[in-house]
Amino acid sequence: MSARNHDVTVYSLRYGLPLAAFFVLFFITPLLLLVLVSLHDDTAVSVWGVAQYAKIFGEGLALRVLGDTLWLGVQVTVLCLGLGYALAWAYVRSSPTTQKVLMMIIVMPLLTSVVVRTFAWVVILGRQGIVNELLLGWAWIDKPLRLLYSREGLIWALANVQLPLMTLPLITTLQRLESNLEDASAALGANAWRTFRRITVPLSLPGIIAGSLLTFSATITAFITQSLVGGGQMLFMPMYIYQQASSLQNWPYAAAISLVFLVAVIGCVTLLSYLGRLSKGYATT
Amino acid sequence: MSMGRRNDLSDIVLKATLYLVAWAALILLLAPTLIVLIVSFTDSYSLRFPPQGFSTRWYVALLKAFTLHFAAWNSFLVASMTTLLCVVMGTAASLAIARSTSKTARCLDALFMSPLILPGLAFGLSALIFFSELGVPVSMTTLVIGHTVVCVPYVIRTTSSALMQLPPTLLESAASLGSSRAHALRRITLPLIAPGIAAGAFIAFMSSFDNTAVSLFLRDARTDMLPIRMWQDLESKLDVTIAALSSVLVIVTLVMMIVMEKLTGISRRIRG
Repeated sequence: MSARNHDVTVYSLRYGLPLAAFFVLFFITPLLLLVLVSLHDDTAVSVWGVAQYAKIFGEGLALRVLGDTLWLGVQVTVLCLGLGYALAWAYVRSSPTTQKVLMMIIVMPLLTSVVVRTFAWVVILGRQGIVNELLLGWAWIDKPLRLLYSREGLIWALANVQLPLMTLPLITTLQRLESNLEDASAALGANAWRTFRRITVPLSLPGIIAGSLLTFSATITAFITQSLVGGGQMLFMPMYIYQQASSLQNWPYAAAISLVFLVAVIGCVTLLSYLGRLSKGYATT
Repeated sequence: MSMGRRNDLSDIVLKATLYLVAWAALILLLAPTLIVLIVSFTDSYSLRFPPQGFSTRWYVALLKAFTLHFAAWNSFLVASMTTLLCVVMGTAASLAIARSTSKTARCLDALFMSPLILPGLAFGLSALIFFSELGVPVSMTTLVIGHTVVCVPYVIRTTSSALMQLPPTLLESAASLGSSRAHALRRITLPLIAPGIAAGAFIAFMSSFDNTAVSLFLRDARTDMLPIRMWQDLESKLDVTIAALSSVLVIVTLVMMIVMEKLTGISRRIRG
C-alpha cells in the first residue's frame, strides 16, 4: 500500500527532463554566451574587457534610447489602462450573449499577426488615410496632417495592438468584485464617483497591475509597430540592438545593450509584480 | 431607492463617461481589421481610405506573389514543427510540475515561463551567437529551436491550468481500482486535459507563425519568414498586395478561432 501513499495526481519530475535539458542547452547557454560576448572590447570578440559597458554608461546614447523606450511603455500603458478599464467595466455589466461577442472582439487581435494590425494603422494614419480624409472633409484642416511617423500616432497604434493584454486581467478582477460592496457604499450615501474611486478601483488593483505588467513589457520589447508607424526617426531599444548586431556586426556592443535592456525589463517586471502582491493583500483585507 | 438626487446625477455622468470610453476602445479594437478588409478591395495603387473603386485585382496579384508564398510556406512548416515539439515537451513538463509543490518544480516553472517576459530580440541575438559559435548555419532547424523556446510557455500555461482543474478523486479511484499510473495517465488524465493541450498548441502555432523577434536573427534568404517578409515589404513600399494578404490572414485566423472556441473554449483559456 505504501506505493499508493503519495499523491496520485503528482507525476514524476522526470517528465520535465526533456524540456529542462532543452532549456539548459538552447536558452540558458545562449544567454550566458551573450554575457561572455558582451565582455569583449573589439568586434572580433578576441580582447576581454568592459569597454562596451563603459561606452553605454559613458556616451549616454544607449541610456537615452533606453529611457525613451521605457517612457513610451509608460505612455502606452496609461492609455491602455484608461481604455481597457472602461471596456472591462462595461463587459461585466453586459448580458451573457454580448459578453461572448465582446470576448471574441477582445481576444481576436491577440491571435492576429502584429504586422497585419500595424499595417491597418499605416492606412489609418497615412496622408490619404481615414483620419486625414475625415478632417479634410469636415474642413477642420486645410492640408493633410503628418500623423504617420509621429509620436502620438505611434502611441495610439501601440495602445491598439496591446489593448487586449490590459483588458483581459481587468475583466477577471472586475468579475470577482462583489457588487454588494458597491451597493453598500451607495446605500451609505457615497455618490457614484466616490464609490468608483474608493471601492471599485482599489479593489481591482491586482488586475490593474497584472494588465499594466503585460502591456508594458509587450510594448517595450516590440519593434514592428515602432518601425512601421514610428518610422526611422524614432529609435527604441529593440531596433537599436538589431541595428548594432545586424547592420554594424558589432556583437559585443549589441550583446551589452541587450543585457542592459534585459536587466531593465526584469527590474520593471519585478517591481510591478511586487506591487501586485502588495495590492492583492490590500484588496482582500 | 435610498440614493438622493445628487447621487443620480453623478451616477449618470460616471456611467456615461465609462460607456463612452468603452465604445471608443471597442471601435479601436475593431476598426483596424475592418479597414484592412475594405482597403484590400481597392482598384487603385494607393492605400487611400475609403477606396474609390472596387476590384479583386490585388487578390489576383497575391496569387502570383511567389516570394510571399515561399515565406508563408516556410512559416507554416516552422510553426507546425515548433507546435509538435512544444506539445510533446510542454505536456510532459506540465505533468511533472503543475500539481507539484516541490521547490524544484516551482523553479522549473519559473524557468519555462521566463521567455514570456524576456525581450525576444535579446534571446534571438543570443541564439544567433550560440549557433554561430557552434559553427551551425541558420536553417529551418535553428528557427524551430528558437521558436520552441519562446512558444512552449503557452502550452505549459493552458495544460497546467487544465491539470489543476482535474478532480484528484478520479485518479484516486482509478488507482484504488488497480489501474496502473501509466494506464490512468493514458485513459483518464490525457483525455481530460486534451482541450487544454489543444488550446496551448493553437496559441503556440499562432505565435510561432507571427514571431518576428527570434526569426529576425535566425532566418536568412533561404528560410524567409512571412511576418519578416511582410514587414520588410511594407518598409520599402506600401504595396496593396499586402492588404490582400492581411485580409486572407485575418479571415483564416477568425475561422480557426471560432473552431477552437467551439472545441476548447479558447477565449476562456487565454484569459487563464
